[in-house]
Amino acid sequence: MAVKLEFEKKPKFVLTILDSIVMVRRSSLHILRNRDQLLGTFFQPIMFLILFSAVFGGAVELALPEGVNYLNFLMAGIIVQTLAFGSTTTAIAVCYDLQKGIIDRFSSLPMSDLSVLNGHTVSDLFRNGISTIVMLLAGLLLGFRSGASITDWLIIAGVLILFTYAFSWLSAIIGIYAKSVEGVQWLTFVIVFPLTFASTAFVPGDSMTPVLRVFAENQPITHVVETIRALMLGLPLGNSAVLAVLWSVAILAVSMPVAAWLYRRKISS
Amino acid sequence: MDEFVIKIKNLRKSYGKNEVLKGVDFKVRRGKMLALLGPNGAGKTTTVRILSTLLPFDSGEVKVNGFDVKTESDKVRQVIGLTGQSASVDELLTGRENLNMMGRLYHLTPKSAKERAEELLKEFSLTNAADRTVKTYSGGMRRRLDLAVSLIATPPIIFLDEPTTGLDPRSRIAMWKIIKRLLKDGTTILLTTQYLEEADQLADQVIVIDNGVVIAEGTPSELKRKVGEDRLQLNFKDEDSFKKAEKVLGNKAVDSDISELNISVVIYDIDVDVKQVLVDLSKSGISLQSLAVQKPTLDDVFLSITGKQKVTKSEAEDLKSQEK
Repeated sequence: MAVKLEFEKKPKFVLTILDSIVMVRRSSLHILRNRDQLLGTFFQPIMFLILFSAVFGGAVELALPEGVNYLNFLMAGIIVQTLAFGSTTTAIAVCYDLQKGIIDRFSSLPMSDLSVLNGHTVSDLFRNGISTIVMLLAGLLLGFRSGASITDWLIIAGVLILFTYAFSWLSAIIGIYAKSVEGVQWLTFVIVFPLTFASTAFVPGDSMTPVLRVFAENQPITHVVETIRALMLGLPLGNSAVLAVLWSVAILAVSMPVAAWLYRRKISS
Repeated sequence: MDEFVIKIKNLRKSYGKNEVLKGVDFKVRRGKMLALLGPNGAGKTTTVRILSTLLPFDSGEVKVNGFDVKTESDKVRQVIGLTGQSASVDELLTGRENLNMMGRLYHLTPKSAKERAEELLKEFSLTNAADRTVKTYSGGMRRRLDLAVSLIATPPIIFLDEPTTGLDPRSRIAMWKIIKRLLKDGTTILLTTQYLEEADQLADQVIVIDNGVVIAEGTPSELKRKVGEDRLQLNFKDEDSFKKAEKVLGNKAVDSDISELNISVVIYDIDVDVKQVLVDLSKSGISLQSLAVQKPTLDDVFLSITGKQKVTKSEAEDLKSQEK
């Protein structure tokens, strides 16, 4: 052998970070090379935006406060909905990996096990970031206007990143738990669909039945939507921002260790 | 340094009530190749998965390069390379990207990973396909890449789990060449295979495993000797010479088949016994059609120790005529 090999001599936690960077790169390449999914990333949000504003716009506008245009109201909801659904691709990617021989390869390497999950959850942030930017640009073309300052936008970005990251870890659990990719699609649909629709993402809460309203006004998606909407439209923020961050941190704090534990258990059986 | 780099003592593993390994013992000497030979479901893959830290086990002792697989799995992972049954490479990445990534995950520096990737691409004749995604590779190319990936950090111990299953003969021979070169470089190899010929071609030591127990152990030639001696198969022109020969050879003839005009004679010493047979035949004026020396194959070994009878040609014909 001609090449003399040199190994990284770094503490374990640095190696874990390096492993995760390698895996983020891998998952990001997957996203770029999976053309169908990439097209979905661009067109699905645009389609939703046009459909929702055209179909619901006239009806919902009547229930909105004076002077609030539906497209402006919808923007926050549709972004959060797209991110909630977008984060479920982590579940698909994790499930797909677990069904392939490559997971045996990863497990037999001196790398950190969890970098596989880090790779998927972080690269998912990139893809969802692209989706969000596409959606905002499409919204601007359709007439969306916001008076938010740079600081407001930075807070919006921060809240959305935290929320998406938390949901991706939740979705990783589904990916580990499910036995097939089809199963993942069902499970994520059954969980994410009610959460996004039984929220104030598309309509204000006052038109809902009392029970639904209690649920809708106290679940994480609503808090995130309300935060983003308030910041975008200059409405009073209330405590929604604090609740949105608390919910996201709580989901993350539970999902990460549970996903890690389930993952380790799954690969060693 | 310990001369045995892989040591397994009384290894047991069950999946629920199903006992897959019932106390397996073996050792592999540094720089040698051991072949684990056995039918599907014998416990070969389970053994490899335990050795490569992928699977916990119930009891026993498993050491790789002196490290305990259970308590020092991190250290074990640094010295092993695994090529599994299903090619474990990333389909959406290119060959080069796969090698680079795995190199980094073995904790090679970026420069080392890159240089080693190029070297392996060349060595495994994958340079032309290096920038194509693995999805587009043929079965043989995938296996080559898979093996290349396990070698990226030049681990001193390699586990090959049925590396040639499903490959066409040409790709299989190409794989064998690569494996032989690894052995020459001093790598210790544990190979599992269902192909007796493969074990015979490559291994220094063979372990036959069936139903979770080791049923035979030895070098390929030792195993063959256990089962049977070399035989001289004589074929005659006509029935007349066949019958004469049967008389002349007497109880030396261990197997005779009149329909094929074949007689087999056991040879203990090729110099003495073959000459003697030929002298006897020529003295009686019997003419031969052809002759061949038959060495027992590992197929014979396997069938004889697993207790399954090999169906000979004449038996097969008997069966056929009975069916009619």
